[in-house]
Amino acid sequence: MKYIDEYRDPEKVKSLIREIKSIVTKNWVIMEICGGQTHAFLHHGLDAMLPPQIELVHGPGCPICVTPLEQIDRAIAIASQPDVIFTSYGDMLRVPGSSKDLFSVRAKGGDVRVVYSPLEAVQIAEANPDKQAVFFAIGFETTAPANAMSVLQAKNKNVKNFSVLVSQVRVPPAMHAILSSKSNRVQGFLAAGHVCAVMGFHEYPPIAKKYRVPIVVTGFEPVDLLNGLLYAVKQLEAGQAVAENQYQRAVKFEGNESAQRTIRSVFESVDRKWRGIGIIPQSGWGLSPEFQMFDAEKRFDVQNIFTQESPLCIAGEILQGLKKPPQCTAFGKQCTQQM
Amino acid sequence: MCLAIPGKITEIYQRDTLRMAKIDFGGIAKEICLAYMPEAKVGDYTLIHVGFAISLMDEEEAQETLKLIKDIEGFENEINTDMSS
Repeated sequence: MKYIDEYRDPEKVKSLIREIKSIVTKNWVIMEICGGQTHAFLHHGLDAMLPPQIELVHGPGCPICVTPLEQIDRAIAIASQPDVIFTSYGDMLRVPGSSKDLFSVRAKGGDVRVVYSPLEAVQIAEANPDKQAVFFAIGFETTAPANAMSVLQAKNKNVKNFSVLVSQVRVPPAMHAILSSKSNRVQGFLAAGHVCAVMGFHEYPPIAKKYRVPIVVTGFEPVDLLNGLLYAVKQLEAGQAVAENQYQRAVKFEGNESAQRTIRSVFESVDRKWRGIGIIPQSGWGLSPEFQMFDAEKRFDVQNIFTQESPLCIAGEILQGLKKPPQCTAFGKQCTQQM
Repeated sequence: MCLAIPGKITEIYQRDTLRMAKIDFGGIAKEICLAYMPEAKVGDYTLIHVGFAISLMDEEEAQETLKLIKDIEGFENEINTDMSS
């Protein structure tokens, strides 16, 4: 496929690896923010090809990982009610709440449906006027334009039996939280290319300057990832710390302004709780006053569900690059996707 | 949820007051929302995420990135040639 195949060329991968090896002289800890990038590094075996001086740490850019347990418990509480059609992106269905996951709600007869686009959730509401259709609006800045449009569309079409359980988070506040921690180890970032496709990267030069870290907006194919890493290592070796863009074919400095306008009209900045990290101020979005009537938390009265994370859970330290998953005593035992 | 992939616009139309499009992902056709891409036209490649086009693919920039990497390859070949001669 165009814009993908040419960025998976093994010869280019090999020369980028050789180039990185030829310029690296010191040990560097670099965080790829996005879980999609983590997946691509491991899926293509790129991490194993890197010189030993480069330590990749996997960042918090994964909504599955950072959505707090209580938000999943709230989703399960709503999905378990009669006359509710609960809709979600597929990846959230297997994430365990404190006692079960959304798949097990469906197994017990709950109407839980996977949608590809949030607009499908609005269509489901229109087709089922005697039911309540709820969409689990989770994700980072990448899903925000789609999630916001579903709410806007429901308002424009007066679809009253539609609501959203919002768990919308943002990358830059998480970077601030990681970098301002006394135990921070991260010296450079690969910024999430698709988040930046929406938001641009004008928020990053001040972060690069304040904390003296290189930030490279990076794509998701093997050649992109290694190219982004090369940019970051070049900066680190030269003592530079600026924001630059490896993913120029998809990301403009200002981002997608049309999408940003809709996000700003539907959402407002709110404090959000991150799994294992706790509340990060102004780190997410919630519905703005004009769209409160679509708030599923209020409609189904689940705001008072609070859940303690497991005392064994070290997700917060893992997401900040301080620990690795095998250091968790619950990893692969109590805590598995098959729970 | 997190995957965004480029696809080619094959058709543009309105549905429910929204600008929609048919996209060809290497042979697989899918309907997506083009509301955030007012400038996109048939034949353009856009990056699609959860059913929405979020960015227009820039062919010039794509070529530029590949050229810079080719330069690294070219430089390596030169070194290898020098060393073997």
